[in-house]
Amino acid sequence: MIKLFKNLTKKEMIYAFICIVLITGHVYLELKVPDYMSSITRLVKTEGSELSEILVQGSYMLSCAFLSLLCTIVIGYFSSRVASSFSATIRKKIFEKVENMGIAEIKKFSTSSLITRTTNDVMQVEMLIGMGLQAMVKAPIMAVWAIMKILNKGFEWSILTACCVAVLLFVVSTIMIIVLPRFAKVQKLIDKINGLTRENLTGIRVIRAFNAEKYQNNKFKEVNDELTNVQLFNQRCFSVMNPMMSLVMNGLTLGIYIIGAILISQAGMLEKISLFSNMVVFSSYGMQVIMSFLMLVMIFMMVPRAQISAKRINEVLDEEISVISGTFNGKTDETGTVEFKNVSFKYPDADEYILRNISFKVDKGETIAFIGSTGSGKSTLINLVPRFYDATEGEVLVDGINVKEYTLEALYNKLGYVPQKAVMFTGNVSSNVSYGDSGQKISENKIKEALKVAQAKDFVEKMEEQYESHIARGGTNVSGGQKQRLAIARAVARNPEIYIFDDSFSALDYKTDITLRKELKKYTKDATNMIVAQRIGTIMNADKIVVLENGECVGIGKHEELLKNCEVYQEIALSQLSKEELEDA
Amino acid sequence: MPRPGAMRVQEKSKDFKKSFLRLLKNLKPWKYLMLMSLFLALVSSLLTLLCPNKLSELTDSISKGIYPSESRLELVMQQASQNLKSGNIINKMQELLINSSLSETETTQIKAVLDKIQSSSNPNEFQMDILNLPDSVLIQLFEEIKIDDITISVIDQLSMIKLFASNENNDVLAKFNQLPDSIKTVIIPEVDMNKVKSISLIVGTILIFGAISGFIQGYSLTTVSNRFANKLRDSICKKINRLPLKYFDIHETGDVLSRVTNDVDTVSHNLNNSLSTLVSSITLFLGSILMMFATDWIMALTAILSSVLGFVVMFAILGKSQKYFNARQAELGNMNGYIEEMYSGHNVVKAYNGTKDAIEKFAELNDKLYVANQKSQFLSGLMHPIMGFVGNLGYVAVCIVGALLTMNNIITFGVIVAFMLYVRLFTNNLSQIAQAMGNLQFTVAAAERVFEFLDEKEMSLQDDTKKHLSKSKVKGEIEFQNVRFGYDAGKTIINDFSIKVNPGQKVAIVGPTGAGKTTLVNLLMKFYDINHGQILIDGVSTSELTRENIHELFIMVLQDTWLFEGTIAENIRFNKDDVSDREIWKALKTVGVHHFVKTLPEGINYQIGDNDAISQGQKQLLTIARGMIEDAPFLILDEATSNVDTRTEELVQKAMDKLTEGRTSFIIAHRLSTIKNADLILVMNEGNIIEQGTHDELIKKGGFYENLYNSQFEKIV
Repeated sequence: MIKLFKNLTKKEMIYAFICIVLITGHVYLELKVPDYMSSITRLVKTEGSELSEILVQGSYMLSCAFLSLLCTIVIGYFSSRVASSFSATIRKKIFEKVENMGIAEIKKFSTSSLITRTTNDVMQVEMLIGMGLQAMVKAPIMAVWAIMKILNKGFEWSILTACCVAVLLFVVSTIMIIVLPRFAKVQKLIDKINGLTRENLTGIRVIRAFNAEKYQNNKFKEVNDELTNVQLFNQRCFSVMNPMMSLVMNGLTLGIYIIGAILISQAGMLEKISLFSNMVVFSSYGMQVIMSFLMLVMIFMMVPRAQISAKRINEVLDEEISVISGTFNGKTDETGTVEFKNVSFKYPDADEYILRNISFKVDKGETIAFIGSTGSGKSTLINLVPRFYDATEGEVLVDGINVKEYTLEALYNKLGYVPQKAVMFTGNVSSNVSYGDSGQKISENKIKEALKVAQAKDFVEKMEEQYESHIARGGTNVSGGQKQRLAIARAVARNPEIYIFDDSFSALDYKTDITLRKELKKYTKDATNMIVAQRIGTIMNADKIVVLENGECVGIGKHEELLKNCEVYQEIALSQLSKEELEDA
Repeated sequence: MPRPGAMRVQEKSKDFKKSFLRLLKNLKPWKYLMLMSLFLALVSSLLTLLCPNKLSELTDSISKGIYPSESRLELVMQQASQNLKSGNIINKMQELLINSSLSETETTQIKAVLDKIQSSSNPNEFQMDILNLPDSVLIQLFEEIKIDDITISVIDQLSMIKLFASNENNDVLAKFNQLPDSIKTVIIPEVDMNKVKSISLIVGTILIFGAISGFIQGYSLTTVSNRFANKLRDSICKKINRLPLKYFDIHETGDVLSRVTNDVDTVSHNLNNSLSTLVSSITLFLGSILMMFATDWIMALTAILSSVLGFVVMFAILGKSQKYFNARQAELGNMNGYIEEMYSGHNVVKAYNGTKDAIEKFAELNDKLYVANQKSQFLSGLMHPIMGFVGNLGYVAVCIVGALLTMNNIITFGVIVAFMLYVRLFTNNLSQIAQAMGNLQFTVAAAERVFEFLDEKEMSLQDDTKKHLSKSKVKGEIEFQNVRFGYDAGKTIINDFSIKVNPGQKVAIVGPTGAGKTTLVNLLMKFYDINHGQILIDGVSTSELTRENIHELFIMVLQDTWLFEGTIAENIRFNKDDVSDREIWKALKTVGVHHFVKTLPEGINYQIGDNDAISQGQKQLLTIARGMIEDAPFLILDEATSNVDTRTEELVQKAMDKLTEGRTSFIIAHRLSTIKNADLILVMNEGNIIEQGTHDELIKKGGFYENLYNSQFEKIV
């Protein structure tokens, strides 16, 4: 937490300091109010006191209250500024960090975890500062100050107040100790309820086909009942809290009066009146003490949660970025070549290599394809070119120069990468196709051309606003195949030297797949293609096919050659096409 | 983990009154518990109202113990001064001169005083002179007096008289303190401890009763709200299974999910609080007004006016701040959405050099959020201190006006104390009412969404389904007769479709993605009702059979491998209790996955979770095994291809082939090579069946199928 606070700017620190000073003042004023109350009481009780005196004291008290209001307003202003500007700073830092991360780091945290870290966790910390800063400073000051005020006003009352605080703290902490672990359980059960409902929804056809509605209902009922029971237990425990608190607080007032009655009846003439006014004041100070202790308890409950969030944020901020931009951005001798020289790869913490000793070279205008079963490393291999990961051993060269030497910008300007899962951004068709910075402006004509090549022209033109048609967040308003074609158009629009298709054609049917690749070939005669695919049909025309098995290259060559001499390739081919079909082709 | 983007702005209800009444109606099963707790809330708040009054009495009776009773003091003075009455004292002095043995000086002193008195016209003027006589003399002149059985000696009387006669110290209280004990006892009435005791007892009882009833209330209301939530969740779950599939075509999973969890949670949490809070707050609020007026109307007006003034200011500020809250919520939504989008598209952002742009746009959104955040936080932070100030304002007003009235003896000090508490009750409850009303709004809106879901039209009743086909007797013939169907009324997808499938035949359905292949399956399984025509199973129209009966006759294996969280055995056994472990192993063996299952730590009791050792292909095999156990005359297979590695793919293929043996089967085919031997191939495109026939017929025809088939082998030139 403290580490995270080091991110506070000077201005925020000054604001925070002002807050602390003002809070002290505020507590002083707040505690002053009962003093005036006591004087007013005394005045009212003493015969012969002037009305004007009461008015003076009253106006003092009111101005005290008003000043304290002003204080809180100013405190509120500054603390809201500190909290929101701090959270904005942190959020920005996290975002920038994540944007600069490589895929390895993202994978390590997982995207969804990074999202929660940037949003929820930052919110938690912000909440602690926004509400906690005040409470954290205020509660102890208030407690100490109020206790000091009380201490010399009556020993018996102090004892009573202490007892009340002890009882309250005991009750609250007992309930917390009992209930808190069950909260985690509730969360788990809610997740389970969610999971079961999701299960019911996604498996609705299966459930109905098996007439298993009752079975599922019973399963749900079990979890539902358990959730209800745990919740009931928790909330029943909590239902002790409120009545208990009001009993203790009101009991304190009553107790103070009873003690007062006894003390007064035993006291001498002179002390009686001061005892009486002390009694009236005590009842309000006692309340303050209890309140401030309750506030402390709440902070103790809030801090650990924010602490966890702070830790999670720090983890992101402290993460070392493995992929660092190089410096080269000049002209290269070769164009459109990609070469792997004895490349091996493993994840930083892993023992096992995912790729082992891979070497190949592809020249300008050639198509190279990678095939293999899931987990064979073909996606990882292709991800080494755009430096989503860096090779552990060996070199990856683009246009004859190691990818690590390029500035990231220069490297990416050469590449047109299409991921397996098409990514769409909120906006419209055009903004999605012309996305990013390719070193040149993408004209409207270029967008249309790209869409045409990607076989997306037809459906885009059928859309309501054609090229300006809205694309919803995550591309939910276009189908999977359409998304994939838009993603391909995005790569085409960049005019890259090297295309990288990471299994980008699997969402397309055979027909669209073949037409698209024909068009693409025509349009980008000079471009180099790197294709990862699952379908034999997609790759059998490639100039080179690299067959991968468990991270090793078990064959390089053309379709016909591999059919003859690569066992793994034969196996894959035969699982998809019959012998005759293969021979026909 | 909660989806950050899914944070929903709490909406207002569409028809508050109707939904609120409906909510109450749904709570009927617990009406006694509810009524009891509401009654308790009422009673305990009424008792709470008595508290300030009782405390005021307590204060008064204590404060009576502070001041010396002046009337008693006067009584003592009066009796003591009886001794000084001129006639009496002269006689006494003369008697003294005659009878007693006085010293020389004493005799002269008495004589001097006597002379003075006798030469004067007003004998009472000389009291001071008498008092100046030596004590030894005075003792003999005075008599003891007795008040309430307390004897006040002459010396005490003298010291009292001297104390009040002297001009040295004007502090009355200090003088009181110097009074001799006997007099003190007379004039200082003890604090009436009996009264204090009895009042304390009453207040204490009220407090304890309040606490107990508060507990009972909370206890029973949580019971009600949780049981209610339980019932709602259960109803939703059951409802899911009674809705037509069509509903889920239109509605998103997330929507239903959020009703099950968020909305039900909102209802149960707030119901608990808002109802009881409303009852007790309104009672306390009205009661405090009533009690204030009953106690003293001037004070009441003071208290109410000063608090209301504060509230007007507060609501003015709050009203203004609403738009900032909305703005914050909107900005937060934008920001979270943007973060989600950028993070999940990270590889594209990077590879397209979009990082700089992303960071710039983020900064923009971040700044906007910062402004909205700061403003809304500041304004919401104002609420509390202003409330505090309103409280203080009322307090001071009550004190000042109270002081004025006390000094004029219109009210006692206890009334002020009572009012201090009334003001607190008044302001607290006013704001609580406002809060509870807001909560109730959310609650009702959430309940409305749940009810909306529960009110959705369910699948048609099956009263007219008289026939039943027994699994063992079905031959396996299926006929589509002029079937016409469309998901939407105006849009026909399947038009006048007729085929006859003989027992044991294999029918393949092919076509590009989204061609509507699953529509046929949906109709076969009676997931949807056909608009026109009929489907006959062994000559019996499906409209005459119950859905359950039809489902009994089919084995269905879908492409999306649906396995739930549970053990492998549970997943395979599913809803059939009477399947032994041996049968499970047998099914696993038939699909060829038993070796794999054996390698798992707990065999068939291995718990299937989210991301574990079971690959997609193996999952597919397990769902096939589930189908095997079912054993029915018809089979529907949705082939899976993607993400299955080649070896498993072969296994899946073999398992599926085994499953089709001896069954009338419908296969949705993605890989054309596998269905070449089908008895009938239906080619679908854009929702229509455009071609049908055997592989050879269709290839000969040279249409869509031929094109589709050959595109697999096409060369790119």
